[in-house]
Amino acid sequence: MSWVNAIIQGILVGGLYALFATGLSLMFGVMKVVNLAHGDLAVVAAYMAIGVINVTHVPAVWSFVLVVPIMAAGGYFLQRSLIQQALNRGELVTLLVTFGLSIVIENALLQFLSADSHSLSPYLGSLANGAFQIGSQISIGYVLLGIFGVAVAVLLGLQYFLSATKHGRLIRAVADDREAAQLSGADFRHVFGIAAAIAFGTVALAGVAFGIYSQFDPTIGTDQLLLFAFEAVVIGGLGSLWGTLGGGILLGVVQLIGAQINPNDQILAGQLVFLAVLVFLPRGLTGSRRAA
Amino acid sequence: MSSVSSPVAPAAMLAPVRVTRSRHGALWTVAVAALAVVAVGVLGYLPYIAFSSVTNLFVNVFILIVMASMWNLLAGYAGLVSVGQQAFIGLGAYFVLILAQHGVNPFLALPVAVLGCAVVAFPVWWLVSRLRTAYFAIATWVVASVCYLLIVRFPSLGGGTGMSLPGLDGVNGTLLTAYTYWVSLAVTLVVIASVYLILRSRIGLVLTAVRDDEIGARSSGAKVGSARRFVFVVAGAGCGAAGTLLIISQLNVEPASAFSVSWTAQMLFATIIGGIGTIEGPIIGAVIFFALQQFLQNLGTVYFMILGVVAIAVAIWARRGLWGLAERLNLRVFPVGYYLWPGTPATAGAPVVPGPQAPVPADPEPPAPASGGAGADGPPG
Repeated sequence: MSWVNAIIQGILVGGLYALFATGLSLMFGVMKVVNLAHGDLAVVAAYMAIGVINVTHVPAVWSFVLVVPIMAAGGYFLQRSLIQQALNRGELVTLLVTFGLSIVIENALLQFLSADSHSLSPYLGSLANGAFQIGSQISIGYVLLGIFGVAVAVLLGLQYFLSATKHGRLIRAVADDREAAQLSGADFRHVFGIAAAIAFGTVALAGVAFGIYSQFDPTIGTDQLLLFAFEAVVIGGLGSLWGTLGGGILLGVVQLIGAQINPNDQILAGQLVFLAVLVFLPRGLTGSRRAA
Repeated sequence: MSSVSSPVAPAAMLAPVRVTRSRHGALWTVAVAALAVVAVGVLGYLPYIAFSSVTNLFVNVFILIVMASMWNLLAGYAGLVSVGQQAFIGLGAYFVLILAQHGVNPFLALPVAVLGCAVVAFPVWWLVSRLRTAYFAIATWVVASVCYLLIVRFPSLGGGTGMSLPGLDGVNGTLLTAYTYWVSLAVTLVVIASVYLILRSRIGLVLTAVRDDEIGARSSGAKVGSARRFVFVVAGAGCGAAGTLLIISQLNVEPASAFSVSWTAQMLFATIIGGIGTIEGPIIGAVIFFALQQFLQNLGTVYFMILGVVAIAVAIWARRGLWGLAERLNLRVFPVGYYLWPGTPATAGAPVVPGPQAPVPADPEPPAPASGGAGADGPPG
């Protein structure tokens, strides 16, 4: 039964990974930017949530109401300034700039907030350990279930936004053919900014969710979160929202099954599956037409 | 260049161009060579006149020069931004450790470990070459992480805490420092020479063509994939060499630091600030990295924040880094470029002007390289 439990937990954690991956996938799909600072942004959001809780005394779960808009605004600003400057100079410069950004953020966090681990779960009170019990072996935590629900809701919302709203259609138009969209009067820089705002918003949500679910410290953004998000994207198949959810779930299940075998194998198991997908299904689970 | 003023200027634009290698005049070559000999001589003599703290610092500079040169070859010339070169640094160190545990002298183990890293680079390339640009970058990172997670599973290699290097206990400390220094110097010279020779070779030409226009290069029959694979394997071996120097100079290896992504951050800083896409850049960048570190050492993480900001600024506003500024003065130590000269229209079938053309200088010191984009060193601005 513990195996069934591991699989269920893995599916739920996979929702969290998909939430991380969404922003990475969106920024790559729209402006061909792979933001190497993505994981650090999530950590920043988690720290920001602690700050918000301490200042405003809102319940921990609601801290995202402030954190997400702040991060989204920061994303718009960063895209319009630094990232656009880098984009104008080509892919290599973009990579270098986001990697530099990642190093600056990580070291700034280390410098000003120390290397200590933090977590948002102490602020949750009794909710942190609450769980459904199914039978004697399976327990599903409220927190993890809630995170999974948020992830699915975000993906549904994003799909609606991209397919049914004016700005969403603009984003898709610019992603498909920037020049043509520009000729039709779309200001692609503004559209890029909106896409970055959404990406930063989702990663902020993911960061807060991760902070509630687990411990975090300044280095976890590059050591783990960025790699997990990236693996979920590649396993799921580039350019597919629901593929990303599938990739996240597969990654989560494999990691927790690995942890079931040996607690030290959790990360390794996920990475070996990623490499296996790279070998046998280079286009990911959904086999999107856009090859990597 | 007299043909420019002729009435057939439009035809002359289509006329074939003559391509010559960039090279130095005899005087310049002798001057650079003499300077290089003196520099190597002084560096080689250093252990006799300097304290070991100084030579140890130089060893660290050499290690960074090796890593940065390899990263520059990957990112600056082959367009492969790897964030996972620490895989080879760690493996190089651990290969030396394994061989030393079996009684091989660490200095003799060095070339074997480098070869081992080159061998490992082949399957790694097979894996990561399925992805492009940034996804390639993170895939290499995953590979490095997998190497780390696999290595720490071996208790015989010290597990997660690492191990000290056996086999050098009997050697006099001063002598060992000097040996380490000389070996590091030799490895550095070999690496710089290899980079120069690779860029002068056919592969260097392919890489230059890819950098300027990948589709054009492919359609002209350039074997882009195999050129990139070659560079990746060389960079794997080179970073492996850096790893072997690391374990020999520290006499100790710790997996978390050997496989740390901060190595990549250092390579990147040195290369970007010194000048990406130039042979000289990583060398200058590595020296500056350590010079600054001497002054800013007590700043710790702030030092890396400053470096990150500087690297971002340089990447955006001064793409060719510090050495790029020197190149504006037409200063080059390593000639690896090509120059295009207006061709002799006689071969184009278009000439209206009879009689001998003014000869194109046969061995020119480039007069502000003809027609835009003729100088072929480094990435386009």
